Amino acid sequence: MTTQMFGAPIRRKEDPRLVTGGGRYLDDLGNDALAAAFVRSPHAHARVVDIDASGAVDVEGVVAIYTHEDLPGAVGEPLPLLIPHPTLTHGRTGYALAKDEVNHVGEPVVMVVATDRYVAEDACQRIRVTYEQLPVVVGIEKARDGEALVHDDVPGNVAAHMTQEVGDVEAAMARAPHHLTLDLDIERSACTPMEGKGVYARWDAERDELRMYSSTQTSTGVRAAVAAKLGLPLQKVECIAPDVGGGFGVKIMHPWPEEVLVPWAARLIGQPVKWVEDRREHFISSAHERGQLQRVTVGFDDDGRVLALDVKFWHDNGAYTPYGIIVPIITSTQLLGPYKPGAYRCEFWSLYTNTVLVTPYRGAGRPQGCFAMERTMDSIADTLGLDRAEVRARNFILPEEMPYDHGLLFQDGRPLKYDSGDFPASLAKLKALVGWDDFAAYRAAAEAEGRKVGLGIGCYVEGTGVGPYEGGHIQIETSGRVNVSTGLTSQGQGHETVFAQIVAEELGVRLEDVHVTTGDTRRMPYAVGTFASRAAVMSGNAIALAARNVRAKALRIAADALEVSPDDLEIVDGTVRVKGAPTTSISLGTVSVLSNPLRYAFDEAARAATQFAGTFDPDKPPVADDDEPGLEGKDFYSPTQATFANGMHAAIVETDPVTAEIRILRYCVIHDCGTMINPMIVEGQVHGGVAQGVGGALYERMAYDESGQLLNASFMDFLMPYASEVPTVEADHLETPSPLNPLGIKGAGEAGCIPVSAVIASAIEDAEGFPITRMPISPSELWDLRRRHAGGEVPSLHRALHRALHRAPHRAPHPGLGRPTSPATPATTPRDGSTTTAAVTKETPA
Amino acid sequence: MIPASFDYVAPTTVDEALAALAEHGDDAKVLAGGQSLLPILRMRLNAPGVVVDLGRIPDLQGVCDDGDHIVIGAMTTYAAVLADDLVSTHASLLSKAVATVADPQIRHRGTLGGALVHADPAGDVGAPVLALGAELVVAGPGGQTRTVTADDFFEDLFTTAVGEGELLTQIRIPKHTGWGAHYEKFVRVSHQWSIVAVAATVRSEGGTIAEARVGLTNMGSTPLRAVSVENALVGQPATDEAIRAAVASVADGTNPPSDLNGDSDYRRHLATVLTRRAVLAAAGA
Ligand SMILES: Cc1cc2nc3c(=O)[nH]c(=O)nc-3n(C[C@H](O)[C@H](O)[C@H](O)COP(=O)(O)OP(=O)(O)OC[C@H]3O[C@@H](n4cnc5c(N)ncnc54)[C@H](O)[C@@H]3O)c2cc1C
Repeated sequence: MTTQMFGAPIRRKEDPRLVTGGGRYLDDLGNDALAAAFVRSPHAHARVVDIDASGAVDVEGVVAIYTHEDLPGAVGEPLPLLIPHPTLTHGRTGYALAKDEVNHVGEPVVMVVATDRYVAEDACQRIRVTYEQLPVVVGIEKARDGEALVHDDVPGNVAAHMTQEVGDVEAAMARAPHHLTLDLDIERSACTPMEGKGVYARWDAERDELRMYSSTQTSTGVRAAVAAKLGLPLQKVECIAPDVGGGFGVKIMHPWPEEVLVPWAARLIGQPVKWVEDRREHFISSAHERGQLQRVTVGFDDDGRVLALDVKFWHDNGAYTPYGIIVPIITSTQLLGPYKPGAYRCEFWSLYTNTVLVTPYRGAGRPQGCFAMERTMDSIADTLGLDRAEVRARNFILPEEMPYDHGLLFQDGRPLKYDSGDFPASLAKLKALVGWDDFAAYRAAAEAEGRKVGLGIGCYVEGTGVGPYEGGHIQIETSGRVNVSTGLTSQGQGHETVFAQIVAEELGVRLEDVHVTTGDTRRMPYAVGTFASRAAVMSGNAIALAARNVRAKALRIAADALEVSPDDLEIVDGTVRVKGAPTTSISLGTVSVLSNPLRYAFDEAARAATQFAGTFDPDKPPVADDDEPGLEGKDFYSPTQATFANGMHAAIVETDPVTAEIRILRYCVIHDCGTMINPMIVEGQVHGGVAQGVGGALYERMAYDESGQLLNASFMDFLMPYASEVPTVEADHLETPSPLNPLGIKGAGEAGCIPVSAVIASAIEDAEGFPITRMPISPSELWDLRRRHAGGEVPSLHRALHRALHRAPHRAPHPGLGRPTSPATPATTPRDGSTTTAAVTKETPA
Repeated sequence: MIPASFDYVAPTTVDEALAALAEHGDDAKVLAGGQSLLPILRMRLNAPGVVVDLGRIPDLQGVCDDGDHIVIGAMTTYAAVLADDLVSTHASLLSKAVATVADPQIRHRGTLGGALVHADPAGDVGAPVLALGAELVVAGPGGQTRTVTADDFFEDLFTTAVGEGELLTQIRIPKHTGWGAHYEKFVRVSHQWSIVAVAATVRSEGGTIAEARVGLTNMGSTPLRAVSVENALVGQPATDEAIRAAVASVADGTNPPSDLNGDSDYRRHLATVLTRRAVLAAAGA
């Protein structure tokens, strides 16, 4: 029997190749290509007065130098605004090369093409650009006050102002017996994939054709954009995403200036041209995300049920808005998480600043939204003296209320309607996993040792698998090899494996016979791209549908050949056989031969399909009117709406009473992405997401100074967690199938990172006894908060005051308590990233 | 992030290296392990016309015994320092500090001499070299050498007593045989430069501190020696209480930086905490 493929924790097919250096990334291609490099703006806001390239022209090896003046037609026009929105009243995009004005440090101004990158950079250094500096807008507060403007014609720096409201918030707020207002702040971070962007283009002058490669999350999108910009017929442009070393969102943005300029120059010069982004370029000229100030006002009843939620936030969209206002729209809708908000109003302003543009980064607006909602839930619980998990449970949407329509419009312009989920069950699992109900004892034991620990929680719902569509194409060769193609791209998610699992299961073939191609517009010209946790849902279902078509065709042909009814047939390990009589069989390879009537035979297998072989009906054409040659099938999947996955995380952190170091002792995840195609891959995605979330919570920030210089544009200064800083993730799953698609699946790609800042803030606050309203947080900042708390500037949590009152008589360590025990002890020894040791946490403050 | 083009010379003796430096003047730059110089060149913060690689000069490598000193060649890599028994026996403070530098790859390229001349205040070898009262041997044009005490060696941010046309050739460390030592480094992620670190080495006699040396990393524009704390420690019992009192003023008069990893008040606080920990550990308490 074929072993079950769908749902099995199969090892990733692509890993042996990728981990042994067999990957072919953009910079592995095009060794004969000319190299491009860019002169980028050193100023955050300036007028370009003059460009003097005379010093660079005679650098040996320089082939071409381009400024905006050289760009013809559409190439010189503003880059496209990909996702317009009615409330995006002041959308602005940049130029491929700056025209007159630069709006952030890193904006490309001059392009140099040379024999190699060394020469190109030497030439760049000799180009003198004269700027007239303009007032700089950095930070949301400065953008909001509107004194200085990023774009002269955008008053108040407001790109978009949007409000969505369900119910009557004013009235519900007035009726609510309790109210709270929270001011929250979440910093900028960025995707920082291991491989930056890169573009390589070859122009074929004989055929008037362009082939380009881009380290992109959407090769179809890039292809269409480049064809439009260069005025080429779509058929004359091919775009291929080779192996891509991570994307996390930054590569769904397109076309980047370089994606237009490199193919344009390759065509003009008549030689292949390549550009590979370096790390500094990635920091200052790709994209960032996060970055919001939020004000939440909530009205709730005595039981902690939310009656009215009124959210205002200010979103920093950087210098331009080519990707529209997707990020703040997601924040404004997804912050609701698993809860019923009562009446809800969300108003946001998307603001320009003289910084790198902001486009989706894994989580895409959700971490900010989750932070707002979860901080609110914790505050309600604290105000009423209720258990934090209980307050959440009281506000949950219940399974019997599914599908649940929030009455809002989601990022895809369709209703925000949850398809399924069992939030109480998830919470129960989470509480059991982390030992929620035993935590008081754990804390008491830790306190007796002079240690400070805290428990945090965060819940989220994630709209995944947004449309409009993806396609799948499957072709079975006469050898039995199964070729699968889908148009969206891969950046290491394991698509080769999960799509192969779907096909192996649907067709009844062996996994090793299935070969998956993604992101190649020659193979699948219609596609959208890999983002929004959509690949498994969209392409997975499309591929499953295509496989079902192929299977039906295979059974029909085999039934003819074996002279049985298709219903009596099954496919096992690539062989079609009669159920109950497995020796009566025909291989799928032979079925493929039969599917394609031939005039010439080249090998043994093909002989069966030539015109003088076999029997046939002389009254019918070799290929029936309603049929096509070949054993292949194609289908598209286009859902009416997104499918909503969810998860709940809890963490135990320890904060050093002396140094304010923050250590995550345990990190627990309950994750529900519907039916899982491959639990091992889902878990890998969750682990990676949590790692990025930890980065966002404790380390990563984009430190712009007032003049718009990014002070930490290198991995020496931009801290990311190493393996030593990422906690062991204890994950468990719930599988609530989605009713929306044939496979019952939901997306999982972004999940892990969404609630981490909320969870860690919740845990630190619990350990410290005062509110945490700003993330990420460093030991230095926590130490400063402690000082301000001690000085009365930062209030105490109600429960901290309460605990202090009730703790006094029991202060002395209980002899029997000892070190806390299971289940609240770390599953594994916490890895200590610092060289200071755990023992020091026993000290009393200096 | 590609260096501007430069000529490359790889002398095999100190004299040849000095001659190359003399010939090219301020257009020349010395290359040791390249772990600081190459990033600087790649970011085009510096664009020397000639790079003089010291990597092929055998005389600059290795550790030897010289009576009451050990002598470390400037081009000895961190990895070689770490593996060396003379260092761990007679200057264990240095071994302990070197063990915290970056990661194994960098420790196999980076050199003790390169790190000292680079003189990044967050670097980990300045404080122990200072605390151990090392002498630094500097060779100048024509091959004359002079010896500079560690106290005089570090002049400012990225500035040492090694002038143009000169080379650091040797680090001479008085033997601290039998001294306890500890390097307490505070970082947020592993493989990070010190936010603050404290180098302490202590000679104890029957539970009492007989001598102590304390150096501070990243508490100012150069590594600092905490002389008053050293003095206050002498004669103290190696107990938490006594040490706490003796080191309480360690941050007085320091002017540490404020940056993304911590503001200067926090650094002062850390210095006190880390000094106590370092001295306690060095005293074996
Ligand atoms: C990722 C990373 C992490 C790091 N982390 C740490 C850390 O945690 N702690 C730490 O202390 N350091 C760290 N470093 C820096 C590392 O220690 C460097 O090796 C050191 O600062 C320089 O040593 P080098 O041999 O590589 O010198 P080079 O980079 O080759 O030279 C440094 C400078 O000294 C000059 N120079 C070198 N040798 C001599 C000589 N003999 N005479 C005169 N001038 C000379 C050079 O001209 C140059 O100006 C890190 C480096 C990297 C890349």
